[in-house]
Amino acid sequence: MTLQAYLTLAAMLFCIGLFGVMTRRNTIGILLGIELMLNAVNINLVAFSRFSGDLGGIIFTLFTISITVAEVAVGLAIVIVIFRVRRTVDADHLDLLRG
Amino acid sequence: MTLESITFGGLAVVLLASALAVVLTRNLFHSVLYLALSLVATAGLFLSLDAEFLAAIQLLLYAGGVVTIVVFAIVVTERLVGDRITQTSRQLLAGFGIAGALLVAILAVFRRAPLTVRRPPVSGDLTRAIGESLLTTHVLPFELLAVLFLAALVGALYLARPDD
Repeated sequence: MTLQAYLTLAAMLFCIGLFGVMTRRNTIGILLGIELMLNAVNINLVAFSRFSGDLGGIIFTLFTISITVAEVAVGLAIVIVIFRVRRTVDADHLDLLRG
Repeated sequence: MTLESITFGGLAVVLLASALAVVLTRNLFHSVLYLALSLVATAGLFLSLDAEFLAAIQLLLYAGGVVTIVVFAIVVTERLVGDRITQTSRQLLAGFGIAGALLVAILAVFRRAPLTVRRPPVSGDLTRAIGESLLTTHVLPFELLAVLFLAALVGALYLARPDD
């Protein structure tokens, strides 16, 4: 397959993830959308790395995958704390910082 | 139709369909299961790009780790709230418009600047090259990653500690 095919697929995946982030009300749902977007970026990195013959993209993807796992762990811990305090995980109700 | 394009087409269909299901399903739990499917399809894409090691990492960390954590979080919050969490979406039209506009813009850029790069043949053992690179050139970020994991572990434990 051409590089273009991989990039197009990743762009579609990114836009689906963006759609999820913008439309979901549930905080966990928003996190899932972010996962999809990160996944699309990883596909781009690996595709560029493979087609240029440079190992850098694959190494970078390795780091982004690992960091995403840490991000999800902390993010969900925050969601659970928010739930304990506010009794909701609806992003629309989390407006404590509104002036 | 070569075997390669059939594989790519199949993976692409599974990936996009499951991604759409992730953002459109009402049941949050089903959403996570579809996310697992799309992550596995991504691992297949990595395989088709000759990155076997990365495919294994994707399955282990993403499809194994992330999905487990999210399922765990859903179960905990559902137990706290006492009933099933259904999720609704809002401003579907605006979201669709913005995401669609971004997609059109990206595809327009692709069309204006066609990439003619050819795929070079695989040179040597990629996994061995990754391992050597991680412990020589990239050893500092590799070690920093361990620090990050420790910080994330302590931070998550601190945030999720029981009330006193």
